[in-house]
Amino acid sequence: MELKDKIRKFIENNLVVFEDEAEFEDSDNIFEMGFVNSLFAMKLVNYIESEMGIQVANDDLEISNFNSVDRIAEFINTKGGGAPSQ
Amino acid sequence: MSDTSDQEQIVAEAKKFAAEEIRPFAADFEEQAAIPKDLIDKMAQKGYLSASFPKEWGGLGLDPVYYGLLTEEIGKACASTRGLITVHTSLVGEAIVRWGSREQKEKWLPLMTSGKKIACFALTEPLVGTDARSVQTTYRKEGAKYIINGSKKWITCGCIADYFLVVAGGEKGIGAFLVEREFGGITTTPIKGLLAGRAAHIAEIEFEDVEVPAENIIGKEGSGFTYVVNTALDHGRYSIAWGGIGIAGEALDNMVTYSRQRSQFGRKLYKHQLIQGIIGDAVTKTHAGRALCLRAGEMRRDGHPDAVMETTIAKYFTSKIAMEITIDAVQVHGGNGCYNRYPVERLFREAKILEIIEGTSQVQQEIISSFGLRRYYRV
Ligand SMILES: Cc1cc2nc3c(=O)[nH]c(=O)nc-3n(C[C@H](O)[C@H](O)[C@H](O)COP(=O)(O)OP(=O)(O)OC[C@H]3O[C@@H](n4cnc5c(N)ncnc54)[C@H](O)[C@@H]3O)c2cc1C
Repeated sequence: MELKDKIRKFIENNLVVFEDEAEFEDSDNIFEMGFVNSLFAMKLVNYIESEMGIQVANDDLEISNFNSVDRIAEFINTKGGGAPSQ
Repeated sequence: MSDTSDQEQIVAEAKKFAAEEIRPFAADFEEQAAIPKDLIDKMAQKGYLSASFPKEWGGLGLDPVYYGLLTEEIGKACASTRGLITVHTSLVGEAIVRWGSREQKEKWLPLMTSGKKIACFALTEPLVGTDARSVQTTYRKEGAKYIINGSKKWITCGCIADYFLVVAGGEKGIGAFLVEREFGGITTTPIKGLLAGRAAHIAEIEFEDVEVPAENIIGKEGSGFTYVVNTALDHGRYSIAWGGIGIAGEALDNMVTYSRQRSQFGRKLYKHQLIQGIIGDAVTKTHAGRALCLRAGEMRRDGHPDAVMETTIAKYFTSKIAMEITIDAVQVHGGNGCYNRYPVERLFREAKILEIIEGTSQVQQEIISSFGLRRYYRV
């Protein structure tokens, strides 16, 4: 699976709104749209670390690194992770 | 991480320690409104103030499952003492382990491990509880310092703490700051008249123009709640989940023992079928809660994406059954259950606290329901 697809799937699995209410583009800010909550932010970091094999450091703790599919993919790529595991 | 037999050994020793050093004195601690310094020092020596920290930082390196089992043993003996490790180790310690910089870890963790410094978690305020993002305590940046002002309430171990993980709002959003008592401008006042947690040194705290060096922020301004507070609370909920099983298990032990010793109508209490019903339910609930805690622990250990949710479910469930079982344990004890010479009287009060701290039961229900409404939807 492509990196962005994996990220999208993870987000879709963790929405706080129902699937049919959650249409979003890769560039949309999913926090501002209210599709995910702050627990999601923490789960996302755990997911990126365990699935993408990179370490998220305290310096990386900017919500803007994680608020859209595009931004998350960019972050993972910058950190040199993202080898799809399947 | 320690290997399994080492970890089992540590938990077995903690059980013995709790039986010898904590349980017999739990009622006295309440009466004196203090977990004694001497006990805290002994716990530090045994590594119980840093049992989950990696060995690199002086911890025992217990994995989440064994750390949970250790928390259960301490919580079974005395909820206030378990409160110390909940805030010091799980909330503050784990937040530093997760999000502290290398320098911060090097500076703070060894002192917390040795018990030279005790840490507390200062989120709740007189006017702000569940709606925790609305904290009114403020920070403002002045040169290389932050200035913190505000009040916190109900802070476990606040009276004896040297470090306060303070959650405050400012220009860029919420930040989490490790504030040291020696910075000055901090007043802690013990809260008297509590239903329970009476030995847990619970405090109301005032921060008045406290000057905090910029390097004491954990994470970044604006990401304090999302990452640092949520990480701390997730660890806190895990600790409380096991604390609930501790109280439930202790109440069950007392209920069973009493029912086998006291007689009415010429028969031991346990021979009455209605008492058997109570005991049967208590055993079942305790086993179910324990299974949930173990599962949450395994998922945390394995980095499972649903570990946070399973932890929430475990916390909600065990705090609820701890309340139910302690109510029943008091019932089985009759009048003696209402008397502080019997541990169930204390356990009954302590259980109520668990339904309120680290997110009330109502909040857990909402979170769990929101998860379930998607996970279990079939078209
Ligand atoms: C013994 C003890 C130790 C504590 N230790 C600490 C500590 O170490 N650090 C710390 O920061 N805090 C601590 N607390 C505070 C604790 O975390 C809060 O009491 C808790 O978060 C609830 O906040 P509150 O008391 O302001 O209640 P409120 O938030 O005012 O809630 C009152 C009631 O309203 C309900 N409610 C609120 N919002 C909603 C909603 N949206 N939907 C449905 N129901 C809702 C709640 O469930 C509750 O039943 C401690 C409290 C106690 C009693």
